[in-house]
Amino acid sequence: MNIAVCIKQVPDTETKIVLNPDSTDIVTEGIKLVMNPYDEYAVEEALKIKEKYGGKVTILCLGPEKSIEAIRTALAMGADDAVLLNDPAFEGGDSFTTALVLSKALSQIEYDIILTGKQAVDLDCSQVYAGLAEFLNLPYVSVVVGLELFPDQKKALAKRETEGGEKELIEVSLPAVFACQKDLNTPRYASLPGIMKAKKKEIKKLGLAEFCLNLEHVGAKGSKLKKGKYSLPPQRKAGIKIEGEIPEAAAKLVKLLREEAKII
Amino acid sequence: MPGIWILAEHKEGKFKKITYELLSLGKKLKSKNGEELCALLLGSGIENLANQLGPYGADKVYYLEDEVYKSYLNESYTQGISELVKSQDPSILLAGATALGKDLFPRVATRLGTGLAMDCVSIDLGDNGLLKTVRPIYAGKVLMEATVHQTKPQMVTLRPNLVEISPVDSSKKAEVIKSKPDLKREDLRTMLKEILKGESKKIDLTEAKIIVSGGRGMKEKDNFKILEELADAFGEGTAVGASRAAVDSGYAPHDIQVGQTGKVVNPTLYIACGISGSIQHLAGMATSKYIVAINKDPEAPIFQKADYGIVGDLFQVVPLLTREVKKLKSEG
Repeated sequence: MNIAVCIKQVPDTETKIVLNPDSTDIVTEGIKLVMNPYDEYAVEEALKIKEKYGGKVTILCLGPEKSIEAIRTALAMGADDAVLLNDPAFEGGDSFTTALVLSKALSQIEYDIILTGKQAVDLDCSQVYAGLAEFLNLPYVSVVVGLELFPDQKKALAKRETEGGEKELIEVSLPAVFACQKDLNTPRYASLPGIMKAKKKEIKKLGLAEFCLNLEHVGAKGSKLKKGKYSLPPQRKAGIKIEGEIPEAAAKLVKLLREEAKII
Repeated sequence: MPGIWILAEHKEGKFKKITYELLSLGKKLKSKNGEELCALLLGSGIENLANQLGPYGADKVYYLEDEVYKSYLNESYTQGISELVKSQDPSILLAGATALGKDLFPRVATRLGTGLAMDCVSIDLGDNGLLKTVRPIYAGKVLMEATVHQTKPQMVTLRPNLVEISPVDSSKKAEVIKSKPDLKREDLRTMLKEILKGESKKIDLTEAKIIVSGGRGMKEKDNFKILEELADAFGEGTAVGASRAAVDSGYAPHDIQVGQTGKVVNPTLYIACGISGSIQHLAGMATSKYIVAINKDPEAPIFQKADYGIVGDLFQVVPLLTREVKKLKSEG
């Protein structure tokens, strides 16, 4: 099984966000960047599939030069190859252009399945996996919390989370795209030898020139969704701490919920 | 004639609340651009459902009726919706940011070559005919404005529980138009094998009006039942949530996790029990209308965001709250 995994580098979830002066983006200087947490489940699943069936794990990442750090993390975990899709023309793109460029790169490699995170925790769009599937004319399953493969029959059984604790079992023919959710597995830590090896690995770089695309298709120009201003949500202020003995405090709280908040 | 289209979501013979919310929003948009408001639904044996949407504001209802739509699959639904949209050319296409909407719309948007603003908390129509949307990013730490500016239809998914449902006009009838897809079961590459029901019948966190949430302070899995009891006392529209710390400690399943790597929620009331309030958790629940914090530690950051706080042992406080809520409810 050859497995392609698409990852993204994002600010760590503990980051306290500060906006730039013209409110068009966040300040990225000095913040810790990590592999998108959902992509870690995708990488781990890819490694597990490789361990079971053999094959190769290829990491693809569209992003700035700095994204190489996230790629190295995936390589250190055990991935075999990696491609960085980096070009000034790609900047300012949206889910549509990201999926388009990734799909072009994927067309140049061999894969039996494609794994991604179910969303990136920066822009929270959760659209790239579906765009990939559409451009490559493949089926996809999103919010995957379980995956069983039947390589001989070229199919897979994916468990996906829907709503209210409900899950669906979807049978899907391969190749297919799977968007991974927390709970699918427990991502491994990179081993020290893994880290040393990853440092030496060559990371292939591809830009616009390598694809049959022009400037109008990619980056801000090709984007279908135009980003406007950013703002910070209004800060909540601390309300009241209800004093007194616990039974009185509980009674008082319920009274407030009825009279002030009008909830009960 | 272009139109404002909404995807009507239904389950087990009933519309989901988001369907009425979308129609109510659609009416507002229609009052600005004068386009007709249309509902779109797919399913098997849904004629009766299709006839119910007029009173909620739909001028037209397009329904795709076929056995192949009996259970939702992004593959078949994308095909059906895309074909219909291409032939009718609406200017706006809205769905709920529900499990279904979030799974389906990205592919429909890509197939139609248009843009999609996902998981919006605010949608308004500008004078130029473009929707001004606001979507939370970084799990709600930032709000981003976005528009679909050069392609059609403008696609948006709206987070549930944000729009007040407008009054129903029972005399209003919609024109109901049935279509049959050119799609065969054997052409599909995906198949729904089974639906695995959840442990409880609680509604999804993203749709809940009241959420009772537990953190590391819950100490063990079994203790979540005191939160269930409080949720039950509040009645319908209530769900139990958990912080990442509680999920990672194995006290609660991930599908009820609130926060940056869980669900972003928007209830009227959020009761945080034994949750200290990490930045990731606060991001996921900050838009709650009222926040209550119960924690032994008076210095817990959650108190900085809570409207009401009780410093005390949750195992003492929560059962007392349950008792008080029940008492108040029985008094009517």
